[in-house]
Amino acid sequence: MNAPLRGAAAIVGVGHGGLGEAPGLSPVEIMAEAVHNALADTGLTPADIDGVISASPVYNMASLTAAEYLGIRPKFTDSTMIGGSSFVSHITPAALALQAGLCDTVLICYGSNQRSATGRLVSNSLPDPYEAPYKPRLPITAYALAASRHMYQYGTSREHLAAVAVAARDWARLNPEAFMRDPLTAADVLASRMICDPLSKLDCCLVTDGGGAMVLVRAERAKDFPAKPAYVLGHATAHWHRNISEVEDITVTAAAESGARAFAMAGLEPADVDVLELYDAFTINTILFLEDLGFCPKGEGGRFVADGAIAPGGTLPVNTNGGGLSCVHPGMYGIFPVIEAVRQIRGTCGERQVAGAEIALAHGNGGVLSSQATVLLGSEASF
Amino acid sequence: MANAFTAPGPDQMFRDYLAQGRFMIQRSKSTGAHVFYPRAMMPGTGAVDLEWVEASGKGTVYATSVVRHRPEKGGVYNVALIDLAEGPRMLSRVEGVAPEAVAIGMAVAAAIDSSGETPILVFRPAGGTAS
Repeated sequence: MNAPLRGAAAIVGVGHGGLGEAPGLSPVEIMAEAVHNALADTGLTPADIDGVISASPVYNMASLTAAEYLGIRPKFTDSTMIGGSSFVSHITPAALALQAGLCDTVLICYGSNQRSATGRLVSNSLPDPYEAPYKPRLPITAYALAASRHMYQYGTSREHLAAVAVAARDWARLNPEAFMRDPLTAADVLASRMICDPLSKLDCCLVTDGGGAMVLVRAERAKDFPAKPAYVLGHATAHWHRNISEVEDITVTAAAESGARAFAMAGLEPADVDVLELYDAFTINTILFLEDLGFCPKGEGGRFVADGAIAPGGTLPVNTNGGGLSCVHPGMYGIFPVIEAVRQIRGTCGERQVAGAEIALAHGNGGVLSSQATVLLGSEASF
Repeated sequence: MANAFTAPGPDQMFRDYLAQGRFMIQRSKSTGAHVFYPRAMMPGTGAVDLEWVEASGKGTVYATSVVRHRPEKGGVYNVALIDLAEGPRMLSRVEGVAPEAVAIGMAVAAAIDSSGETPILVFRPAGGTAS
């Protein structure tokens, strides 16, 4: 196997900040709390960080904002913004820079006060002139269009979508950090207000505040840190369109490519994965990504999730933190699936811990099913 | 043909045609493939041989949704992806039928809606189901 990046880097620190509601804090202050916690995880200080990667809808030179705030003059910097998947995608430049010796310790970080500031998704992207006149409610309408076609082609039902929301909530109920922990039934989802047919309010992710951070080093240094390392075994990013009107097949995402490339780098298959953290901005996402990442055949995602297969006690643990649907979604969710995957590999997830989790998959989605980034993390046993 | 990168650009030309009541799309002379939205070069091949041709206006609903705003925030309306007979796909809406009655596979025909600030393409049921 020619995969020189396999296992080149490891995640040795992760942290959250401002999860849920953090009124009175700015986005960079929420980020700072997450960085503080990630650094505390490693025993490092900002002076030890020489690579900074960030993305934000409000800071258009995000790694500059982060580095300035933290007092870092990085040798490696990256502010690539490809939507919510950015922080999963950032693992590739981080691993490349570490492997090449451009820097020694990379911080990937993010913070958002979206809930407290505006109560809705923030975007400073210029509206597409060929879509805007029709007033799609983006991003929801794009995902609703995908769901409509998936239902038409494969017989997926609103009940299937509801099963995704219920599974996420059942996991969130096991996570003290999750924002929504009240009981949720399929009937609740089906009865919630329709926003964009066929997606109702409870098919949509939360609008929360929150920040996340992670610290990566070359694998040979990983054991110098206090926490159990999560080795980066495979990672890849793919994007096939920016706007939903440019999709080729709206039922197939570029996760089919990012997942295949990440698995190839890692030398792993879906059957090897113990726990999945998928970017569930909407219930249809989980179904699409289970299919595209190879956990069930195309078109079968709805039936796959129907009977609690991805819920606690099911056959495949998915979104064990409660996901964007029930745990946290500050506009860009991508850093949180990685953090949860690291924690599962460490075995520190308490009630929601997946027993014997050695291999975890985290998947990020950006834009309107536009950019897809997949990472496979493993314990030392898998490295 | 004229240099593909001179003004007016393809975006402006498309709008100018629309203002004249014409739905024009581009076709690459070398392959015969059509493209929408308008480009200066053909995606993939990079060919700068795009010519404007009259679109048939025939389409099929590929995916559909109903956006449900509260009445004071814009009300309820259709948003759909339409596959044009020439091949490309576009976002639009289907009018002349209830928003929730728009169905995937429905045959539709383009019309130019000039009621707004700038004319836009919309679609109406053409009768029957496209093959």
